[in-house]
Amino acid sequence: MSNSSSSSTELFGYVAEFSSATDLYHAAEKVRDAGFRRWDVHTPYPVHGMDHAMGLGKSWLSALVLVGGITGSMTALLLQFFTQVSLYPTVVQDKPLNLFTIPAFFPVTFELTILFSAFATLIGLFSLIMLPRWNHPLFNSPLFSKFSNDGFLLVIEARDPKFKREKTKELLSEIGAGKIEEVTY
Amino acid sequence: MADLSKANAAVHPSEAEGVAREPLVLNNRSLGWITDRICGIVENRQPFIWWVLFVPSVFGFLCLLFSLVYLVSTGVGVWGMNHPVAWGWDIVNFVFWIGIGHAGTLISAILFLTRQKWRTSVNRASEAMTIFAVMCAGIFPGFHVGRFWMVWFLAPIPNSNAIWQNFKSPLLWDVFAVSTYFTVSVLFWYIGLIPDLATLRDRAKGLGKKLYGFFALGWRGGNRQWRHYEMAYLILAALSTPLVLSVHSVVSFDFATSVVPGWHTTIFPPYFVAGAIFGGFAMVLTLMLPVRKLYGLEDLITAKHIDNMAKIILLTGTIVGYAYIMELFISYYSANAFETDAFHMRILSGPYTWAYYCMFFCNVIAPQVFWFKWSRHNLWMVFIIVNLVNAGMWFERFVIIPTSLARDFLPGQWGYYSASWVEKLLFAGSFGMFMMLFLLFLRFLPVIAISEVKGVLPESDPHYPDWKHLRDKRRVSSK
Repeated sequence: MSNSSSSSTELFGYVAEFSSATDLYHAAEKVRDAGFRRWDVHTPYPVHGMDHAMGLGKSWLSALVLVGGITGSMTALLLQFFTQVSLYPTVVQDKPLNLFTIPAFFPVTFELTILFSAFATLIGLFSLIMLPRWNHPLFNSPLFSKFSNDGFLLVIEARDPKFKREKTKELLSEIGAGKIEEVTY
Repeated sequence: MADLSKANAAVHPSEAEGVAREPLVLNNRSLGWITDRICGIVENRQPFIWWVLFVPSVFGFLCLLFSLVYLVSTGVGVWGMNHPVAWGWDIVNFVFWIGIGHAGTLISAILFLTRQKWRTSVNRASEAMTIFAVMCAGIFPGFHVGRFWMVWFLAPIPNSNAIWQNFKSPLLWDVFAVSTYFTVSVLFWYIGLIPDLATLRDRAKGLGKKLYGFFALGWRGGNRQWRHYEMAYLILAALSTPLVLSVHSVVSFDFATSVVPGWHTTIFPPYFVAGAIFGGFAMVLTLMLPVRKLYGLEDLITAKHIDNMAKIILLTGTIVGYAYIMELFISYYSANAFETDAFHMRILSGPYTWAYYCMFFCNVIAPQVFWFKWSRHNLWMVFIIVNLVNAGMWFERFVIIPTSLARDFLPGQWGYYSASWVEKLLFAGSFGMFMMLFLLFLRFLPVIAISEVKGVLPESDPHYPDWKHLRDKRRVSSK
């Protein structure tokens, strides 16, 4: 256990290391059942079933993407109808200049639906996971940087209403944590 | 020990029946080993052969720039195209490169949706290949318009001429399809890269840490991030799957909606898509076989991966062969004099029959070797066949585009087209640019998706019953 932090600086939380995905999975179930809210597990890859172990629901990113997709289709249809039918009617291959010309507009409508949905995915993702955020207290922890290699880490933040300096540490050791590190701001 | 393996058999009935799947990562590699091996490629000095390839590639890129400057400063007459063949090597090369791009999206999107876990070892490099191939592809139609500085006319923006684009034209559909494809491929690639950039960030020092850290956006790998990230990845895969099918369909509309005999064919969209996947996988193998050897990635890109890709090449090559034969049959069956003549000249009496037989041999006959397991496991054999396929797919586009134009409706319009040295230099230069970008990608970015490969290890599944046994075994073998 590292006690590198001085007591004068404010505590961000604990980083606890577990030895495997399986251990971390069971630990997450226990932390969930203990009623914590501001905590997370940090893993090198998305662990299957962890959402359930943490008590998280399905991501609602797909709803944002639906909005993006509808915007894309509407943009494409309006752009094409407005320019081709009313602004600058072009007669090509005797195709009609009214609603019946719509099959010719399908490819561009399809492409813009995909394009807008993809941008909605990107922007929606970054809003939901709150990135970019280049500075974070967790980056102060030497143990934390293991998450991107082979570390299975559980972080409980001090802001959590259930957080107690000693008790939470005991809980972490009880549920099988190896190294536990205090992270300060 | 014996009890333990018995217990395993109870958990994995497939193993008990003797049909155990081959592991995706060989030799029980650990998470740390995967990180070290893949990041090591970026962190260590490049092997000498990297420079041997890089220097000529840069030279090729300079040739590309030279030929474009020469073209623009002199005029489009320096290309060999003239009436009646107005679409020559430029459009051939455009379709060739855009087709190569398709394998990347197929691997990253379609194989993701169909839960083909082996894709994780090859998806990053193929996505990079897609992006670079589409960049090469974009050069050709851009300069094909003749006045490159007028290319912005393709974009539907209000302008002082008060003219709008013709949205009923397949050429404009193509602009939208290719630009959307490029943009979505880049987004997909970048989102996939974020966790791996974080890995590089956590290992790097100094300037590297700043740069990788900037592009990793502060990724922390928390499950509260992963769950949205996984959803985003799934959505992008679901968006890219119809997109990749649409792109080459739209490219084929450029031809299929015209009236030129040899182009006016309803089979074009599926035939082009199958051909694109075929040619793209050939290029993936062309690149990955040397990369695997050069950087010691045999445990990650295993014989199974190569075997799978060879099978896809066999399948799509056979579909392409079916399309070739069906085209001939329909032209005969249509009893349309122009159609029948166009295909008669394509295979028997025309000036370009040599190109047809090159194409047929490389694309249909050569890949049939992959029916045999020994050929899929002989790396030299695979390398030779996939390079024949690369050449064959170029010939396919050549057979379709200039040879149809060279024999139009009226004999008075007939002509012969051969490329000028400027077009040849441009094509060679596009290979230089492609290789240069790919080598820079190898140098600066993780060539294999680290986080995705880690996720397919058996111990990565939290419900894997036997991870302790596996870990102990690894400890013993590392001692």
